[in-house]
Amino acid sequence: MIVERAKRILVPLLVFVGAGFLWELCYLLSGWRIEVFPDPLRVAASMWELIANGTLLQHTVASLFRVTVGFYLAVLLGIPLGMILGWWKGGQMAFNSLIQFLRPISPLAWIPLTMLWFGIGDKPAIFLIFLSSFFPLIVSTVVAVNRINSTYLRVAANFNLSKVETFTKIIFPATLPTLLPALRIGVGIAWLVVVAAEMIAVKSGLGYLILDSRNALRIDFVMDAMAVIGVIGIGLDRMISQLNKIEAVFGEDH
Amino acid sequence: MGKTIKEENMGHVSIQALSKSYTEKRRRARSVNGNGSYERGEQMLVLDEINLEFANGEMVCILGPSGCGKSTLVRILAGFEQGTSGRVFIDGKEVCGPSSEHVFVFQYSGLLPWLTVWGNVCLGVRKMKEKEKMAERVQQNIDIVGLTGFEHLYPHQLSGGMQRRAELARALVVNPDILFMDEPFAGLDFLTRVNLREEIINMHILIKKTIIFITHDIDEALVMGDRLVVFSDRPAKVKLALPLDFSHPRDFAKTPALSDLRKEIYSVLGVHYAL
Repeated sequence: MIVERAKRILVPLLVFVGAGFLWELCYLLSGWRIEVFPDPLRVAASMWELIANGTLLQHTVASLFRVTVGFYLAVLLGIPLGMILGWWKGGQMAFNSLIQFLRPISPLAWIPLTMLWFGIGDKPAIFLIFLSSFFPLIVSTVVAVNRINSTYLRVAANFNLSKVETFTKIIFPATLPTLLPALRIGVGIAWLVVVAAEMIAVKSGLGYLILDSRNALRIDFVMDAMAVIGVIGIGLDRMISQLNKIEAVFGEDH
Repeated sequence: MGKTIKEENMGHVSIQALSKSYTEKRRRARSVNGNGSYERGEQMLVLDEINLEFANGEMVCILGPSGCGKSTLVRILAGFEQGTSGRVFIDGKEVCGPSSEHVFVFQYSGLLPWLTVWGNVCLGVRKMKEKEKMAERVQQNIDIVGLTGFEHLYPHQLSGGMQRRAELARALVVNPDILFMDEPFAGLDFLTRVNLREEIINMHILIKKTIIFITHDIDEALVMGDRLVVFSDRPAKVKLALPLDFSHPRDFAKTPALSDLRKEIYSVLGVHYAL
């Protein structure tokens, strides 16, 4: 058991180290200047610099704050709306085309409007993050509700559950466990979009760090920010996966 | 609340010239045992002019080849679907929707997987004002089906047979006039099936409710029913409807009339040699 667990950590770690060596090799063979193509050691050193002076933490916290607020807004609005639309066939019929029309519009396309409406600061960034995860969440929730075993709805009808009761006692608990993939995708997209959103209108966050470092020609800082984005991306995904434990209550046959 | 009056006329079912047809949605449906395939958009007749009458407290076993429309019939009786023509009356009232007076026990588990056995059984009595009485009643019904001690387990933690028992308790707790059971033993192993069969017979003798029991197992129907209805292949017509006046427990070897009847039903359903 312990050997197995150690393997699970060690093997991916070795792959990372291997990738680092490959990177170093590319740097050596490319002959580019270290300012243009920093090698892993340079990036690590500058990472330490950013950690030591607190810049990295400050930007990371700013990004996480925006993602959290934007994503929570999307969850709080998207999931209940999706459940209502999934259940209310008339509404689904009426609104589906509109949602499908808005969904493929990249959040980035909203940038000009967002800046016009919300000015600068946290608000436009949060709005963009909200938009980016709202549509995938609502669509997946509608699908999840449509897939509810019809037996459960018949049980509800058989025991004279009211509309509100059907919603709270059947639809809500029946969809919850199947929403996990939607939440994972949603948080993933939110994290993707935050970088883009922070390249406009704000003076903090990892996206801003990338933009600002590029302007200062500190490509090593750009790479630092990218590395942090990757690590936090893994962390967010793991966090959502922890919700799996809720699902375990319902068993496999669900 | 006039319980005695209610008891006198509860669970009487009258089906009058009930037909049901579906519009074929698939481009080409599978051929139904040579009855021809249906083109898309064509009306597919499932139930053909069914006329039946079941008395109060009867255990009615409905037998028929799979896919013949038995399940459609009970779904209409329970109010989940409507017939295309004809009418269904329960205790003189026309059925127009599901009601907790007529509870359905589903083919595969209809237990809500996010509730415990206790939570599931509570479903039907959730509106009772006195919580103590409610708890008492829930416990009583869990005891009846023999699930004492399993109240706080979730459905997936129970065996198939226990799941059916839990569902039965959930149905019984509302004290319904009629129980619909649509192949409630589907997917259970033989021993569990026979055990549950016996328990339902005993329960029926005890509570005397009308039970409409769908099965495709001929022996099951003969062992359990007070009345037997045999359906033909789709579109379902009533081929045979007769009372089974045999005392319980029934034994094919000791009751020649019963084994003769079994032979007859096999022959009605088109099996002549494989006995």
